[in-house]
Amino acid sequence: MTLAYTKNEMMALAAGRMANNGDILFAGTGLSMLAAAVAKRIHAPQSTVFFETGGIDPTLDELPMAVADPRVMSGTCLNSGLLEAFSILGHRRLRTISFLGAAQIDAFGNINSTCIGDYHRPRVRFPGSGGACDAMCLAHAVILFMQHDTRRFVEKLDYLTGPGWLDGGQARTEAGFRRGGPMAVVTNLGVMKFDEDSKRMYLAELYPGVEAQQVAESTGFEMDLTRAQKASPPTEEELATLRQKVDPQRLILGPPPA
Amino acid sequence: MPQHNGGDSKVMSAGEAVGRFIHDGDMVALGGFTVTRNPMTLAREIARRGIQDLHLVAHSQGQALDLLVGAGCVRRIEIAYGGNGRFAPTCICFRRAVQEGRLEVEDYSNFQMSLRFLAGALNLPFMPCRSGFASDLLVHMGFGPELRGQGKIPPHKMVVADDPFSRQPEKVLLLPALTPDVALVHAQYASADGTVRIKGLTFLDLEQARAASRVIVSCEEIVPESFLRQDPDQNSLPPFLVDAVVHAPFGAHPTACHYFYDYDPRHLNMYRQEAGGDDSFRGYLDKWVTACPSQEDYLAQVGAADLMRIRANSQAGYAPGLDRR
Repeated sequence: MTLAYTKNEMMALAAGRMANNGDILFAGTGLSMLAAAVAKRIHAPQSTVFFETGGIDPTLDELPMAVADPRVMSGTCLNSGLLEAFSILGHRRLRTISFLGAAQIDAFGNINSTCIGDYHRPRVRFPGSGGACDAMCLAHAVILFMQHDTRRFVEKLDYLTGPGWLDGGQARTEAGFRRGGPMAVVTNLGVMKFDEDSKRMYLAELYPGVEAQQVAESTGFEMDLTRAQKASPPTEEELATLRQKVDPQRLILGPPPA
Repeated sequence: MPQHNGGDSKVMSAGEAVGRFIHDGDMVALGGFTVTRNPMTLAREIARRGIQDLHLVAHSQGQALDLLVGAGCVRRIEIAYGGNGRFAPTCICFRRAVQEGRLEVEDYSNFQMSLRFLAGALNLPFMPCRSGFASDLLVHMGFGPELRGQGKIPPHKMVVADDPFSRQPEKVLLLPALTPDVALVHAQYASADGTVRIKGLTFLDLEQARAASRVIVSCEEIVPESFLRQDPDQNSLPPFLVDAVVHAPFGAHPTACHYFYDYDPRHLNMYRQEAGGDDSFRGYLDKWVTACPSQEDYLAQVGAADLMRIRANSQAGYAPGLDRR
């Protein structure tokens, strides 16, 4: 029997599976919060979840709805502030993995979370960088969440909020970065990764029931589809943990499967 | 009772504090972060008095920023993030004002804003960092050339420089210091002399307060100085940095105040609706700002049932099981 599950559930689990046990996980709002919380509860119990606000390793008995939610301050090893959090994000001893969402992404994983249209008179204004630019610059690696459509997967960003692999190849190193960069993009269709040499995005995993052609049609730039593998569907245990322990009110998961 | 040198009482009403210490055109640093510890009683007082042309500076701000923008008090903003968690992924009045060209905005990242406040707090002209190379944060200035170098607006937004200490060629990004005219802080505890204790995350409130020329603290409880001195490890700001202490129970509502109350999902959902249009937002301001000259009036308007619903559990610090949809 196949289990029913939603795209949001698949996305949170697909991203959470990429965390290694022992990683230091930096979570933003929304799905990234779910991914970090579910990773900690299933795949990576020895990992530490922390927030840019300064909450370090909360119990997460209830799901925070923002990085300043009082739920990130409860049962922590330390409650601090932004400067302490950013010293952890960029710490040379730590493998910090950041989970982030964005409004637009290009083929080299550069992201926009600032605006659509002209910066001074935007058609749509988004909240802005927050810690996104910092995570893209300072973290060991970043896992990005995106809804997959041609308005969001674009040839050219309206505004570059967070630097990914820039123009690809060695561009990131040449720009002055000593580590980091996006490692994967998790969407409602599958998981994209970046070519080791060119740093260009390719389709790495397709969710069950999704065709590679859908990814091509939903992407505003040329995407290599030849390396795609099938993602394994959520297990019963993963879904139970996500639904019963991580987000029982479905605050971020949204509507249950039909 | 031992005597301490904290000095005279700085306790005053929100009206007196805002009237004395905040003026049209001031640069104001907002404490708190998205859904927590926004200085809402002080923000409502600013809106009620119709203070104009404020220049807000913050890292990630939600409710206080949006209220002040919606009330027409703000001319320009330097900010990293204008959002309120799931209740407003982008702050609603903020978004509309930017899209309609009514607000001048200059964007930074959270870390960059943190370092700018730290520079101000340490009386340094700038701070180096490695976040922001090759981004549009570096390229796009929000404030035009006619404003650069005027008042508190630095001549450059950020500058890329060579690291003078590195043997290999290395670049650093230099960020100008921020020295706000006023910092607003909402704390759990303060004493009359101005000693402050913040519980839970301090965010960047303490650096913002140290960087500012004047500091207004609103608090849940005014406690004796001797009580705060019994456990000074827990204290956040010394009294001589604080100019006004305002007693404001639920002074961060509808945002949260750790160990006192959670954020108020019903109010924040209602706010999202009301802030969606200019007319409906005027209705919100009439009801929640104009018609509530005191914090007591405001709390009566919120109602005891809603206040009890968000009351924090003393073990968790928030309201477990609160319906947050």
